[in-house]
Amino acid sequence: MMSSNSANNLLDEALGFNDECGGGGGGLLLLIEDRVETSGAFILHHLIKRRLSSPNRPNDVVVFLSFAHPFSHYDRILRKMGCNLGVQKENKRFVYYDMLNLNYPDGEKGAEDLLLSVYGKIQKTVELCSSREGYKNSTIMIDDISLMEVALCGSSNLVLDFLHYCYSLATQFDCLVIILNHEDVYSTVDVPSPLLQMEYLANIVIKAEPLATGLATDVHGQLTVLNKGICQGSGCSKSKIRNFHFRVKENCVEYFYPGSRT
Amino acid sequence: MAAEAISRALRDGALEGEHAPALTIKDSIHAPLGAFVFDHILAQLSSNISSSKSQAQLRIVDCYTDPLGWKSQLAESGIVSNRSTQNATTASLCKNARDLDMLFSSIVELGKEVIRETKGRFAVAIDSVSEILRHASISSAASLLSNLRSHDQVACLFWLFHSDLHEMKASSALEYISSMVACVEPISNTTNGKGMNSENLPLIEQNLGRGKFSVRFKRRNGRIRLMSEELHTEQMGINFVPAFEDYVTSQSLVPKVQFSLQLSEKERNDRAKVVLPFEHQGDGKPIQIYDGRRSVSESKTENKETNAEKMHVNEDSGRGEIIYIRDSDDEMPDSDEDPDDDLDI
Repeated sequence: MMSSNSANNLLDEALGFNDECGGGGGGLLLLIEDRVETSGAFILHHLIKRRLSSPNRPNDVVVFLSFAHPFSHYDRILRKMGCNLGVQKENKRFVYYDMLNLNYPDGEKGAEDLLLSVYGKIQKTVELCSSREGYKNSTIMIDDISLMEVALCGSSNLVLDFLHYCYSLATQFDCLVIILNHEDVYSTVDVPSPLLQMEYLANIVIKAEPLATGLATDVHGQLTVLNKGICQGSGCSKSKIRNFHFRVKENCVEYFYPGSRT
Repeated sequence: MAAEAISRALRDGALEGEHAPALTIKDSIHAPLGAFVFDHILAQLSSNISSSKSQAQLRIVDCYTDPLGWKSQLAESGIVSNRSTQNATTASLCKNARDLDMLFSSIVELGKEVIRETKGRFAVAIDSVSEILRHASISSAASLLSNLRSHDQVACLFWLFHSDLHEMKASSALEYISSMVACVEPISNTTNGKGMNSENLPLIEQNLGRGKFSVRFKRRNGRIRLMSEELHTEQMGINFVPAFEDYVTSQSLVPKVQFSLQLSEKERNDRAKVVLPFEHQGDGKPIQIYDGRRSVSESKTENKETNAEKMHVNEDSGRGEIIYIRDSDDEMPDSDEDPDDDLDI
C-alpha cells in the first residue's frame, strides 16, 4: 500500500513519468474521467503538488484554468497536502485563471474570440518560461471540461478546438496538458460523444469509477490508468493498463491493489 | 496478404479510364490501431516510389499547427512570438481548415510542385478525415475526396477515419467513395464495452496491441473481394500475420458440464452425410406410399428388405439414413414453407 506522499506510488508508476523531481510527461495530454459516485478531483490535487514540489525546477509553471471552484478551494486543499499555493502564485509558478467570473459573450463567434484571448495568455506564459534557463516542463490544467462547455453555451466544438491548440502547444514546448471531465454527463448523448474525441486525443486516460460491489468504507473506488505509450525515434513503447483501488484520506490518498490491504 | 494487396493497388495507380484507387482505413476506440496502419501504408508507398523512380518526395499540408488561424492572429497582434507558426520548408501551413476548396487547391498545388520534373502523378494521404469532419460537413469532405480521386494527376489516395466518432451516414459516404476499405477491429470481444473490470482488462490491453485487419476490395466490374489477417504492433511498426481461429476462445465459451454438448469430428461427418427425407430433394429412389392395406407376404417381404437394409446399415455404419413413407397421394410433398403461414390469428 502506498500513499500519495511517498516518492512513487501506484498512480505515479502507472503514469510513467520518469523524472524523479515530479516532472516528465512533456508533450502529452492526460484525461481524467470521473463520475458522481467517484470524484477524480483528488488526482488533480495530487498532480498539482507533484508538479510544484520540485525545488530544482524553478522556471516550470502550472497554468490552471478553473471553471469549477475559486482559488481558495484549491489553496485550502493543497495546504493540507503540504503545498502553499498562495506562495507559488506570488512566485508566478502557479498561474491561476478564474474562468468562473469571466463575462461570456453571446454567440459562438464571441465565445471563440474569448477563447482565443485566453489561449493567447497561456501561450505567452509558456513561451516566457521556456525561454528561461533550466526550463524542463510546464503544465496546463483545466477543471473541468464539462463546465467549460456550459460556459461556452454548450459548444463542444469550441472546447475541442481549444484542447487541440493546447495540445499543439504541449508538443511544441514540452508541456503536459491535464483535463478533468465527467463521464456520466455524456452517458445519454445519442450522437458520438465529445468525450470520445478526447479519449482519442489523450495519451493517458485515468478513469475513476466506483467498485463493482458498490460503496465501501475502506475503499472509495478504483482507478484504471490506460497509458498508450510514447512513439519516439527509437520506436514505440507498448500500451499498458493498470487497475488499482484508492482511499481518499484527510491529507493524502492511499493506492493499493485489490486484496492487498491488511 | 491483404496489406500487400493494398500496397500493390495503390502503387499501380489508376486503371485506364478509371478514377484513382482510394483507400479508407477505419478503426475505433476499442481497436485504435488505424494510425499504425496508416504509417505502414505510407512507408510502403514511399518505398515503392523510391524503388521504381527517383527519390520519393514528401510534401505536407499542415492542418495541425494552426487549423483556425488562432496563432497567426495572435502573432499579428504581437501577443505571442511568430515562431510558433513557422514550419519546415516542406510544409504548407493551412490556417483555415473549414475552407475545403482552399485545402484542395493547396494539395493540388503542392502535388504539381513535386511532379514538375518527373511529369508523373502524385499520391495523397490524409491524416485524418475525422479531423476534417470536425470543421466541415460530410458533403464537403466527400466532395473534396471525390475531386481528388478524379483529378488526372492523382495516382492514388488514402485516409484514416475513426468510425465511432461519426454517424453511420458519414462512414457509409466514405466507403462509397473508396475502392478499398480496410477495417481494424478488436481481436478480443470484451464482455462490457464500457466498463473496466478485472475480466475485461487483459482483453482491452490485448486489443491495444493486436487487431483483426479486414479489407474489402471493390473491383471494376462491381465484384467484391474480401481478405483478412491479423495485425500486431511492434516496437518499430506493425506486422501482418494470417488470421487463424482462436480455438481457445471458442472452447472457453462452452459451459463445463458432465455431458457432451459438442459433436465429435466423426459425428459431424455422419450428420453431413444424412440425406433429408423431403421428397422434393429426393435421393433417386422411387417414392413409396403406404396405403394401410398391404398383404402379410408383402409386409414380410418388406420386413426382410427392411432387415436387410438394417443389416446393410449396420455394416455400413458410416452412412445415416432416414426412411420416410408418405401416407397417401393426397399428402403434398414436403416443402420449405411453413404450413402455419396462412393462419390468421
